[in-house]
Amino acid sequence: MDTVNKPISDKVSKLGYALTGIGLLIIVASFLTNKQRGAFDYLWIYMFLTSVGIGGLALTALEYLVGATWSVPFRRVCEFLAGIIPLLIILVVPLIFTMGDLFHWLHPEPGDEILAAKKPYLNMNFFLIRVAFCIVVWFIFYFFFTRNSKKQDTTKEPGLTRTNIKLSVVFAPLFFISMTMAAIDWMMSLEPHWYSTIYGVYYFAGTIVCTLAIVTFISIHLKENGYLNPRVSNDHFYSLGTLLFGFNIFWAYIAFSQFVLVWYADIPEETVWYMQRWHHGWQYVSLGLLFFHFVIPFLILLPRSIKVNLKVLKVMSVWMVLAHMLDLYWLIMPTYSSSPVFGWQELGMLLFAPGLIIVVFTMKANKENITPVGDPKLEAGLNFTL
Amino acid sequence: MLKKILKLDEDLAKDGPRSSKVHSVAALFDTPDEIIHAAAETSNAGYDKYDVYTPYPVHGMDAAMRMKETVIGKFAFLAGFTGVSLAVAMIGYMSGFDYKNIIGGKPFFNLPASIPIMFELTVLISGLFCVFGMLLLWNKLPQISNPLHDTNFMKYTSSTRFGVAIEASDAQFDVDKVKSFLAGVGGKDIEVVYYPEENIVPQTPIFNRQFIYTLILVAIVTALGTYGAIGKLVNILPFDWMHNQFKVNPQNTSTLFKDGRSMQRPVDGTVARGYMPYEYTGMPDSLVKLLSNPVPMDEKSITRGKKQYNTYCSPCHGYFGAGDSRLNGQFPNPPTLHSKKVREWADGNIYNVMTNGQNTMPSYAKQISRDDRWAIVNYIRVLQRAENAKDTDLP
Repeated sequence: MDTVNKPISDKVSKLGYALTGIGLLIIVASFLTNKQRGAFDYLWIYMFLTSVGIGGLALTALEYLVGATWSVPFRRVCEFLAGIIPLLIILVVPLIFTMGDLFHWLHPEPGDEILAAKKPYLNMNFFLIRVAFCIVVWFIFYFFFTRNSKKQDTTKEPGLTRTNIKLSVVFAPLFFISMTMAAIDWMMSLEPHWYSTIYGVYYFAGTIVCTLAIVTFISIHLKENGYLNPRVSNDHFYSLGTLLFGFNIFWAYIAFSQFVLVWYADIPEETVWYMQRWHHGWQYVSLGLLFFHFVIPFLILLPRSIKVNLKVLKVMSVWMVLAHMLDLYWLIMPTYSSSPVFGWQELGMLLFAPGLIIVVFTMKANKENITPVGDPKLEAGLNFTL
Repeated sequence: MLKKILKLDEDLAKDGPRSSKVHSVAALFDTPDEIIHAAAETSNAGYDKYDVYTPYPVHGMDAAMRMKETVIGKFAFLAGFTGVSLAVAMIGYMSGFDYKNIIGGKPFFNLPASIPIMFELTVLISGLFCVFGMLLLWNKLPQISNPLHDTNFMKYTSSTRFGVAIEASDAQFDVDKVKSFLAGVGGKDIEVVYYPEENIVPQTPIFNRQFIYTLILVAIVTALGTYGAIGKLVNILPFDWMHNQFKVNPQNTSTLFKDGRSMQRPVDGTVARGYMPYEYTGMPDSLVKLLSNPVPMDEKSITRGKKQYNTYCSPCHGYFGAGDSRLNGQFPNPPTLHSKKVREWADGNIYNVMTNGQNTMPSYAKQISRDDRWAIVNYIRVLQRAENAKDTDLP
């Protein structure tokens, strides 16, 4: 089997380091000038990187869980993206120290009965336990999935695939619980009086769209530069594009479900969250999100011919990543400011997060095979035709 | 009976006599790889009026046959667009114009509530369009069967083998050449398929007289059957004890009264129980202020008046009569009840405003009973006294 094993070009990794470095400087400067704004921006970055990390892990597990063959040539891309998970252990530290600036529930006004009733869940100790639980769960499964997958490159042992299938069965429920927990803890509890039971699913939908977009972008880039097996064809990319398209509709479905129930019931304690996003300029962000995340990509990605046009698909995947960034901005930032803010502080996100993804990816790609050469399903995956 | 049905089935399955007009040349293949190869060779050889028949979808067939992108996508998109437009037009007309109904204080026509319907109709209309489009354009509906049916070829391609059939309508069709071509790419059991005799003159069976008569018969039987079942059968009472009584039912004709109505108007001057008519509608203030308050000013009436005032009056007048409306400007704010004018009004005057309304304030005679209105007058007096307390009121 002809596998390509050349290192990723230096330019890419240099770009990655430059972006990460500049982003880091901006983040530090932002923390020093305005601690609260810095904390919110950093939370935005952290949630985006969590999206990419656990999204990559989820797609890896999903392939084992459903026994997909066509995605095997791309599985390493997902695994490399999941390589962000170990970094989350370090990345979460600044958030722990700025929690006081982020969360209203840490210092409620006296006599606030709602927050008093939520105290058993929303308190510092239990919060830290949950944060640790989530990261530990993700890390353990990341460790075992990638270890087995890597070992298979040399041993070609089909039993390792079977082990990973068993792991993925255990991981699936744990993933949804931990991800919902993370979404509720870090983002929904920013406005602790408000709640939505669909919030975790909403974050999941955005996560999967974003991760699929990144996987599509990287895979097309690798294909264009000859890193992937030449038998990876348009049919593979068509499938990636279809998944991206499908999950984007899923995102819109969930977003609308959340909105329409609140809108119909029209109860002040529920509408407050949307009202905050419908005044002082936030309404343009909300409408922009609707068109930028759903309507325009839906119409562009609808025809089959677009999904096999790799250039357009590449542009659209960058588009969807930006859309997910906007989505998280829309979820997090209204708590910080009553009208949308975008300055040099927010640029930190746009530089640091992609930079870190590039750094992690190139480091992993230079150390390991980009194609899982020992996977028994690889041959079938490469032969995949529609 | 069963034997008869089986016999009928057998007769139907029998291949009718075939004419001498060639429809196509068909060849069978044993494996999916062979059929992919054969399809690719056929399209390479320049045939374009041919089709491949397989018992299950074979992956990679589109590419092998060099199929162009189908129009189904565009067709479905147009149909879906029609569905969205229909939904907007339907909901817009129904809730925006034809049957305006206030639901939860929302605008009559609003987008969020219409989106589920837009979604449903998009799916429904595009689905229906595709099915009918398939029947009409791809299956060529008036033609009810394909000449390939009931051939050996079709029996195999719907169970265990794969087949290619090159049709006579192809520009470079020649029976012998096609036969040798198919044999060259590995085809087995090559057969020439002829049009069935009944199909050679392209009859359009939907205009067949028998068929139309049958349709009409089915329509009549269905209509009568439905009418009988829903209109008559379910209305037959198993027991009609006490169901039909010799009494006058509302909205029925009566033989007793001269005007033939079962429901008679009350005699002029009739007063309903518990209802005291108010005779001062439109009278000048000088008259209504002579009305005396029949409800004594005691704790019971004030408590009652407070409850009614808070329910009916306070949204606009405020809990203490200051005119501080809670309606956020949706309705004009009333003036305060503590003005000198209202304080000096007689009880009858206040009662008159509540009963008949004044300016933008509507009449509350239907919502609040007579005694309660007087009780509210008492409560308003209490509020006024509280607002303009004198030193002598202090204990």
